[in-house]
Amino acid sequence: MNPVMTYCSFCGKEEADGDHAFCRQRLSMIDPPRYCSECARRMVVQVTPDGWTARCSRHGEITSAR
Amino acid sequence: MTAAPERIDVLDEAREQVLERGVGLSEAQVLQVLELPDDRIPELLALAHEVRERWCGPEVEVEGIVSLKTGGCPEDCHFCSQSGQFPSPVRSAWLDIPGLVRAARQTRETGATEFCIVAAVRGPDKRLLSQVRDGIKAIREDGNDIQIACSLGMLTQEQVDELVAMGVHRYNHNLETARSHFPNVVTTHSWEERWDTLRMIRDAGMEVCCGGIIGMGETLAQRAEFAVQLAELEPDEVPLNFLIPNPGTPYENYPVVEGAEALRTVGAFRLALPRTILRFAGGRELTFGDLGAKQGMLGGINAIIVGNYLTNLGRPAQQDLDMLEELSMPIKALSQTL
Repeated sequence: MNPVMTYCSFCGKEEADGDHAFCRQRLSMIDPPRYCSECARRMVVQVTPDGWTARCSRHGEITSAR
Repeated sequence: MTAAPERIDVLDEAREQVLERGVGLSEAQVLQVLELPDDRIPELLALAHEVRERWCGPEVEVEGIVSLKTGGCPEDCHFCSQSGQFPSPVRSAWLDIPGLVRAARQTRETGATEFCIVAAVRGPDKRLLSQVRDGIKAIREDGNDIQIACSLGMLTQEQVDELVAMGVHRYNHNLETARSHFPNVVTTHSWEERWDTLRMIRDAGMEVCCGGIIGMGETLAQRAEFAVQLAELEPDEVPLNFLIPNPGTPYENYPVVEGAEALRTVGAFRLALPRTILRFAGGRELTFGDLGAKQGMLGGINAIIVGNYLTNLGRPAQQDLDMLEELSMPIKALSQTL
């Protein structure tokens, strides 16, 4: 069985690959997720005044309201 | 031997020239302000705040913005994650009409008087203008009386006239930076092309919103040049952004503008533009944090974008509204803008 890979939703690299402190800081301050954390595909992101939605073509949509 | 004449302090000059007479600082004076030492920043901000209260009044104008068409832009503005020319993670997206109506409603519910519809394009095509027309109609049918602004790139005269007919009251088109620095930032169109659009907007009777981004490698002299070029345009509003170094853009490794430098810039721009709506826009969260935002509001700023931006997130709107209440700054009412 393959291990479950998770990816950084800011930079798209594997979470286990390097330090993502900067990525986490950006995500906590000013950035919506740009990469799917399950497959690292670039997501279609719509930012609105009070939230965001991010859609991966394979893994569906997540929102700031989840 | 005669003593050298004593140099007049630029803030003393500004007190008489800007605060008393309402005449903005010259380029040389703005540069002097930008070069003030850190220990004079509180004095600068206090004067800038007095100027803002004297020539603009106590109200703060609140605005929300939304991206109608995101990404895939053919232009190469080096700061922009929406350019199709760079390996940015931002993918193309269109907001549908119900989404636009919801965004306008969210904005109005904050007490905002302005809602700006933005598209990442060189200029609008028929499809985009049609979407804007349908969107404005739907916002009105939703019972939302918020003032609508647009930012759709460079326009032809015919397009300007169409936007006027749709009831768009303000148009945003940023010059972004000093004329002398612009070719380092954008190569696919010129500063002068942007200027031409701005003149058409003004001549058609729409309010002009024109600002830029601080921290794109410009010198302090170019920052002063930019402030004075904006003053020459006489815009109704100047949105002041601070560079967000976004991944994939040529500026992704540029440093975030340091807080003290940003505050000096806010104060200097207010002293160059005493009567203009000076708006805190993108990047303030990274540059200032919470404390600096308050200092900026007490240093010449009299308008803010609340909530999120186009591709980046802002502070929750309520946090900014609470800050205004704490500072005893009234929000401009819609009736004052009509």
